[in-house]
Amino acid sequence: MIKLTGVKKIYQMGKIDVAAIRGIDLKVENNEYLSVLGPSGSGKSTLMHIIGCLDTPTEGEYRLEGRDVSGLSSNQLAEIRNKKVGFVFQSFNLLPYATALENVELPMIYKGGSARQRRKRAGELLAKVGLGDRARHRPTELSGGERQRVAIARALANSPSIVLADEPTGNLDSTSGKEVIQVFDELWQQGCIVIIVTHDSEIADRTPRIVKLLDGRVVDDMQR
Amino acid sequence: MINLQQFFRELKKERTRILLTILAIVWGTASVVIMLAIGEGVTRGLQRGMHGMGKGIVVVWSGETSKPFKGLGIGRRIHLREEDARMLQEQIPGIGLMSPEYIRWGAYFTWNDHSMSTRATGVYPAYGQLRNIYPQKGGRFLNKLDLKSRRRVVFLGNEVKERLFGDKEAVGETVYLNRVPFTVIGVLKKKLQTSCYSGMDQDATFIPASTFRVMFGHRHLNDIVYSPRDISRAKQVKEQVYQVMGKKYKFDPKDKDTLRMWDTIEMQEGFGKVSTGVRIFLGIIGGLTLIVAGVGLANIMYAVIRNRTREIGIKIAVGAKRRNIITEYILQSLLTVSAGGAIGLGFSWSLVKVINIIPLKQEAFQYLGRPVMSVTTALITAGVLGLVGFLAGIFPARRAASVNPVDALRCE
Repeated sequence: MIKLTGVKKIYQMGKIDVAAIRGIDLKVENNEYLSVLGPSGSGKSTLMHIIGCLDTPTEGEYRLEGRDVSGLSSNQLAEIRNKKVGFVFQSFNLLPYATALENVELPMIYKGGSARQRRKRAGELLAKVGLGDRARHRPTELSGGERQRVAIARALANSPSIVLADEPTGNLDSTSGKEVIQVFDELWQQGCIVIIVTHDSEIADRTPRIVKLLDGRVVDDMQR
Repeated sequence: MINLQQFFRELKKERTRILLTILAIVWGTASVVIMLAIGEGVTRGLQRGMHGMGKGIVVVWSGETSKPFKGLGIGRRIHLREEDARMLQEQIPGIGLMSPEYIRWGAYFTWNDHSMSTRATGVYPAYGQLRNIYPQKGGRFLNKLDLKSRRRVVFLGNEVKERLFGDKEAVGETVYLNRVPFTVIGVLKKKLQTSCYSGMDQDATFIPASTFRVMFGHRHLNDIVYSPRDISRAKQVKEQVYQVMGKKYKFDPKDKDTLRMWDTIEMQEGFGKVSTGVRIFLGIIGGLTLIVAGVGLANIMYAVIRNRTREIGIKIAVGAKRRNIITEYILQSLLTVSAGGAIGLGFSWSLVKVINIIPLKQEAFQYLGRPVMSVTTALITAGVLGLVGFLAGIFPARRAASVNPVDALRCE
């Protein structure tokens, strides 16, 4: 379960303060599938970073599975990102010099454990996203859809309870985009919290819940 | 391990820069190793030269009293006699080997139609061991029987032999010392001798002390040479020499002018300090080169990290902790340094080998010795390399670990 209470994020740009998030209350139950919809600059990426423990709120409280995250050290946050959160980015963010298999292995390296198990699981995950035959390819040798599926496999490496996707289809053609979204549908069915951040209402319409953001505030929270 | 593969991939990407850094480290390592090897060689060379006169020995000469004692005035001459030498050895158990030394200057030697004037020395058999005098093949030094039976036998310095016999065999031949026939029993094996008293051993001749006394009728010794049984007790033994002699000749044992002493043990200790200093100095010179290389490496590491900001961000996003990132870059730095260090060590090792193959007969090389690769040298170098690699890695690595993932992922 995710619970944000009065969360604000203020960046200092030189001498002026810029508020990316101006006070958000949000509660997400386990195994919810929602999209965060909003135009660019509405603070949706910042919200995703805070939910994913990649960034910390300037003000307010954030509880992840009942635990207050605000006071944790960077190492503790790293551990949460490693074990509980899976990120999928618009620009894939794969290591360019590593093969698909090595990219999927990366979170497992930081978790620790035997290399053989790591390799086996990475192979299984790639097969699951339909890239079993692409394990030895580097990102530059893969299509956009394939790259994003590698990124999804990487996000799932340590069986996270939350999958966060920031404009996952933004760089994809519509066919690949649909395939990727289908993978998220499956993840939800398997019991994950899946949050898709997007400005595309067509994608948002697929999810049971839509949270609309504008200027760092929640303006609408639709449950269907 | 991804780390290693990544390292080699980055190596490919930054090929020129990393190769240049490795070259700098090769050069730095080589300079440390070669400097230390030369230092080791010089030290050993000088040490060998010093041991040419004898290792751990004390030479005692006669002197004059400078303090009044029991009603006796100052300026009284204290002579050394052969009996005194024997008395010292009997009464001081701390004395190991001992030999009295008579010297006759201008002894006249002839063999066939060759003749020369040099010094004749009358000693005990222990003298050979004390003063590191070893015979060439086929000869021997004086022995107890020579001494006991006052044999007319002589041991020649190699220069003396050269002048009298040239290339001819000397052992077994009869030479005339002041017209008295002596049998040559041995010739000094050429040695490096950098310190001496009363001249170099290569120019001297040695006959039994007993024979010497009969021939020349000297009553006083030139000096006594002894070695303490235990070097750490050398000071006490010296004190005992003053006490025993003071008792016999009635002088104050605290009056150090009565007997003059040359303690090579003290000299050795001093030399040890000097040579350590020289080694540290040379090591520092080499080390400085290595530090310059280390700065270059740190520079490259900073560049690598700047180019890798996004990837570092990705790693942090998927759960890399500070120490994961720091370890990774220190490891890269150490790997670069080990590559350079290994090549550098190999290079200097071969260089030292090559130098030692070249036949250099000049005097200078005898004194300076030849460079020596020792385990200590290799260990010191490895230690310095490790330190340089660590330091060149730690600062860039810390910067890498403090990358803000949100910013890093945003930048394209």
